[in-house]
Amino acid sequence: MKNIKVVLAKPGLDGHDQGAKVVARALMDAGMEVIYTGLRQTPEAIARIAQDEDADVIALSSMAGSHLPICRKLKPLLEQAGLADKLWVIGGNLPAQDHAELRALGFKGIFPSSSRLEAIVTYIQANTP
Amino acid sequence: MKPKDLPEKELRPVVNESGIAIKPLYTAEDVAASGGAQMIGLPGQYPFTRGIHPQMYRKQPFTMRQYTGFGNPADTNQRFHYLIANGQTGLNVAFDLPTQCGMDSDDPQAEGEVGRVGMAVDTLRDFETAFAGVDLEKITVSLTINGAAAILIAMYLAMAEKRGYDLAKLRGTAQNDILKEFVGRGTWVYPVAPSIRLVGDTIEYCAKHAPKYSPVSVCGYHIRESGADPAQEMAYAFCIARAYADEVIRRGLPVDEFAGRLSFNFNCFGSIFEQVAKFRAGRSLWAKIMKEQYGATKPGSMWLRMIAGGGGGGLTFEQPEINIVRGAYYALICALAGTQTMALCCYDEAYTIPSEYAQRVSLRTMQLLIEEMGLGDTVDPMGGSYYIETLTSQMRERMERIMAEVDEQGGIVKLVAEGAIQAKVSAQAYQRQRAIEEGAFRKVGVNCYRTEDKTPDMEFHPYKEEDARAQCAALARVRNERDKEKVRAALARVETDARSGANLMPAILQAVKAYASVGEITNVLVGEFGRFREPVRF
Repeated sequence: MKNIKVVLAKPGLDGHDQGAKVVARALMDAGMEVIYTGLRQTPEAIARIAQDEDADVIALSSMAGSHLPICRKLKPLLEQAGLADKLWVIGGNLPAQDHAELRALGFKGIFPSSSRLEAIVTYIQANTP
Repeated sequence: MKPKDLPEKELRPVVNESGIAIKPLYTAEDVAASGGAQMIGLPGQYPFTRGIHPQMYRKQPFTMRQYTGFGNPADTNQRFHYLIANGQTGLNVAFDLPTQCGMDSDDPQAEGEVGRVGMAVDTLRDFETAFAGVDLEKITVSLTINGAAAILIAMYLAMAEKRGYDLAKLRGTAQNDILKEFVGRGTWVYPVAPSIRLVGDTIEYCAKHAPKYSPVSVCGYHIRESGADPAQEMAYAFCIARAYADEVIRRGLPVDEFAGRLSFNFNCFGSIFEQVAKFRAGRSLWAKIMKEQYGATKPGSMWLRMIAGGGGGGLTFEQPEINIVRGAYYALICALAGTQTMALCCYDEAYTIPSEYAQRVSLRTMQLLIEEMGLGDTVDPMGGSYYIETLTSQMRERMERIMAEVDEQGGIVKLVAEGAIQAKVSAQAYQRQRAIEEGAFRKVGVNCYRTEDKTPDMEFHPYKEEDARAQCAALARVRNERDKEKVRAALARVETDARSGANLMPAILQAVKAYASVGEITNVLVGEFGRFREPVRF
């Protein structure tokens, strides 16, 4: 079986990358291939990288509160890039009242602050198409 | 019958976060063996282990300066006045991410981020609004700005000058520590070399024209948040401070003409004793570095002046109300350690921008220490403790060793540019997270004493899209009303000076006075310098 390939992106201007890098290491330790984009990726850049890399999973890390406007923009771009059937997940500072909209936008895995690494790894392993 | 003591070998081993083995008991022999005794000295005297001033808080308590800013300048101005009315003695300004990254509010990349995590600033007009009614002589202002620091320092100086303040007497601080932004926090703009040049320009300019202003606050804080241990936090910050000092000395400025205005920002979560020892150790080590390596002669050049009290990395999402208690201990640590300024993280910060209520709880926590708890009565109350003095020496030794390693590996600038420090601290952050999840590193409410009780309701800070639109409209109005020829000439001068290598501050000041925007000035500099490309290393 081929390794799960994850594009892990930091969208928007948020510079808090400690969590994203910790998650990247956990996914790599679990045998996944991780392409970490670095900071300040636009929705267009994320869709392009995910397409170029033929990612199985598109994972976002957002700590600065702009997750909804970003995911609203990203959804059609990922669809246009032919990535609608991939697994989309998001983690970070995500207030509970926003989870329903994130889910409706196609982000099936939602990992707010305090999520355990193991939970993230297990979820991706179980849900990657 | 008296219960027998356990043999020391059978006691639970304790190693602090900086890697020092902790004994169950310390005596005078430990202090002597650590070499600590000769470094104790007196407060206000070299090597300043016990404090930079002889009378510390007995003469003047620490400045209380909560981190604040959101929405438009008018919204933030209102919160500033609320905090001042509640007894706050300084301001610590949070800017939104577009401002921090050098973008205007109408930049397409700013969409959804204007005014969200801090106050939006585009032109000098915004500074005029934000600080309206604030007495800049009584209330000292700290600007948490890095990538765009040269522009915002210029705006602050221009605003103060316009209101009739004498720049020769103006106090205040800018964070302006770009090297740590490459390690954590991430609001860089230009590549490493021109970024350091800009820091050098601000230090040099302020030394000559605003000599009481602190143009840089070197931050161990965010390096610690990114995964560094307490000894690394301080050692890396000193390496970075040396890099800025070297940049300015290379230009011919004598060390005593600028070192007195360098300031620092440190974290404080963790063991009370390790933290207090860290600050005392750092104070004597910085004094030693400035005296022995840089030949500083003025005591002020050797002072480790600092803000401390944050500690966001120690607070938890779980059971947020116990963050109030953690905050009180962090405040205690910083008061015991002799900080000059204190700013506490609020208990709701893992969720939202702090509410007015949470800000007031933090402010009252600091006031309690002075008014009720006796922290303002005696200088360095931990001085002379066998444990603290031993640990202070051990922490200093550890910091010196880390600094020597950095030098052997080619210096901090090289290690940061290559992403080596980033990779090291992020590997440590991962190990820490694993240890928390496995229960080896204890966090109350997270891996022990959990509760399924409902979290108290949080008051979420509202984000209003119409405020962002209003900010863009205000910017459009300024663009329309300003003298376009003046703006064009000022931006042309910024470009010329960027190319020639001249100090950029006079040109940037001319540009902000002409109401050129943060984004316009940044884009001219990006045209010359390019943008930083982040090295991704694991």
